[in-house]
Amino acid sequence: MSLRPDLAAVADAVPAGARVLDIGCGDGALLAHLRDTKSVDARGIDVSAANVATAVARGLSVVQGDADADLADYPDAAFDMAILSDTLQAMRAPAVVLPELVRIARRAVVSFPNFGHWRVRGSILIGGRMPVTSTLPVSWHETANIHLCTIDDFRALVADLGLRIESAVFLSAGHRRQRLANLMAEQAVFVLKRP
Amino acid sequence: MASARPENTDNRRGLDRRVTIPGDFALTGGQALPALEIAYETYGDLNADASNAILICHALTMDQYVAGHNPRTGKPGWWPRLVGPGKPIDPDRHFIICSNVLGGCNGTTGPGNVNPLTNQHYAMTFPVITIRDMVNAQAALLDHLGIETLAAVVGGSMGGMQALDWAVAHPHRVRSVVAIATAARHSAQNIAFHEVGRQAIMADPNWSGGAYPLDKQPVAGLAVARMAAHITYLSEEGLTEKFGRRLQDRDTPGSPQPGFGFDAEFQVESYLRHQGLSFTQRFDANSYLYITRAMDYFDLGAPHDGVLAKAFAGTKTRFALVSFTSDWLYPTAESRRIVRALNAAGAAVSFVELESPFGHDAFLLDAPEMIRVVDGFLRAGT
Repeated sequence: MSLRPDLAAVADAVPAGARVLDIGCGDGALLAHLRDTKSVDARGIDVSAANVATAVARGLSVVQGDADADLADYPDAAFDMAILSDTLQAMRAPAVVLPELVRIARRAVVSFPNFGHWRVRGSILIGGRMPVTSTLPVSWHETANIHLCTIDDFRALVADLGLRIESAVFLSAGHRRQRLANLMAEQAVFVLKRP
Repeated sequence: MASARPENTDNRRGLDRRVTIPGDFALTGGQALPALEIAYETYGDLNADASNAILICHALTMDQYVAGHNPRTGKPGWWPRLVGPGKPIDPDRHFIICSNVLGGCNGTTGPGNVNPLTNQHYAMTFPVITIRDMVNAQAALLDHLGIETLAAVVGGSMGGMQALDWAVAHPHRVRSVVAIATAARHSAQNIAFHEVGRQAIMADPNWSGGAYPLDKQPVAGLAVARMAAHITYLSEEGLTEKFGRRLQDRDTPGSPQPGFGFDAEFQVESYLRHQGLSFTQRFDANSYLYITRAMDYFDLGAPHDGVLAKAFAGTKTRFALVSFTSDWLYPTAESRRIVRALNAAGAAVSFVELESPFGHDAFLLDAPEMIRVVDGFLRAGT
């Protein structure tokens, strides 16, 4: 199975054999991939019952829950890696969630669509309309994304929270590129650590 | 390919079995039973390394006939969607065990049995029992069957309580637990509804302090107990959809007129009366008292100052929990409480709340997502 480029970048950040919690794990595709290719101890949370049923049917340990509320239930350092893949922008309180990730896990890998990408900027600046792009495919009135940010916004929040960025990967049209990321990258994948 | 299957020559296994466990059977309350008889059924064959055994725990008023005909009622097994050929729990792949609970009235020792020390029926001299005692009786049955470790313990409602308690009482004997529509403790509301049922039984003059002849039990009281309980197994939505305010059929076609009396005027009344009466033909009133009492005492967190996570500390067992949206008897919040505790204990846990209009009874009815979850969970564990 070949993973979406952003999921592949997330998976690359996960060491083999790690204890992993995927928050907003969907139907468990990424977790199943990690289990099968890296022998991780895979756990997940997702809000949708149908997704959870599919993930459990794949043999994964997944609980239906609300990541905004349920992370508090996990003890400190319960995991090696917390994954928040394409989910941060849909959470009620990103500034609460990010420190929680590195409380319950030693590292966190966080991916999100970059709202600073030139196509997004162009859509608003030139078109005067909210963007609908490959990484933001849903219209403004239907999207679950309530806390979109740019790569620079994310860096600023991480600094404000006193967290450390261990590494970062930026993607454009599925290819990695490191230069002018805030303007040129469609997606970002950060690995965070406690200070 | 039937000839490839080894002939079952082990008379401990099969349909409608009984075993007497030798010696005193010690109970949580400090007393002991001088004899323990267990009635059970098994389906399928134990594999060579004895790793495919699944124990199914039944709910309050069920029995050991989970997948076989009940010889008393003639009814087919009570969990056909989950247990049977081609189902998630499959006699072609699993060795399936289901026993009547301790305190029950379908062959396992309960208040309706004769106390060998007195040659009298136990009736209300039967010691008060707990869910743990039911679990320990099942463990004794496994010893008799020569099974050390269970691939899974599966149950809904009170069966789910037993399944959870298995992981606490005998953690090394259970690899996986499936607990459906259940709770880790009885709430005040749960206890309250049970007390209504018990008082209805005890208020029936035929109860006679529990010393009724077995062919003359307190039918009226037991029927009322069942009626009250039955309401808790359904949802308001389900009752409304099934009966609404419709009146029983009257002679007048079109719009039936109220009869202005106290006969079963509304359809829902007639339904409940039928449920209550038919229940008395298959269940013993004293068993109902003892088993509801056992459920009321159930609180897995109690020995740990209410910290449920401590009950599961260090567990290696995998857990799957399922709740239903319209179940107000054991609502989703109770399952979430268990999930939180298991997460805190670092256990491998899966949980899903499924949409259903059928209330608590949903676990026995058509619930395809539940079947899919249980199947995937069990397959991943073997």
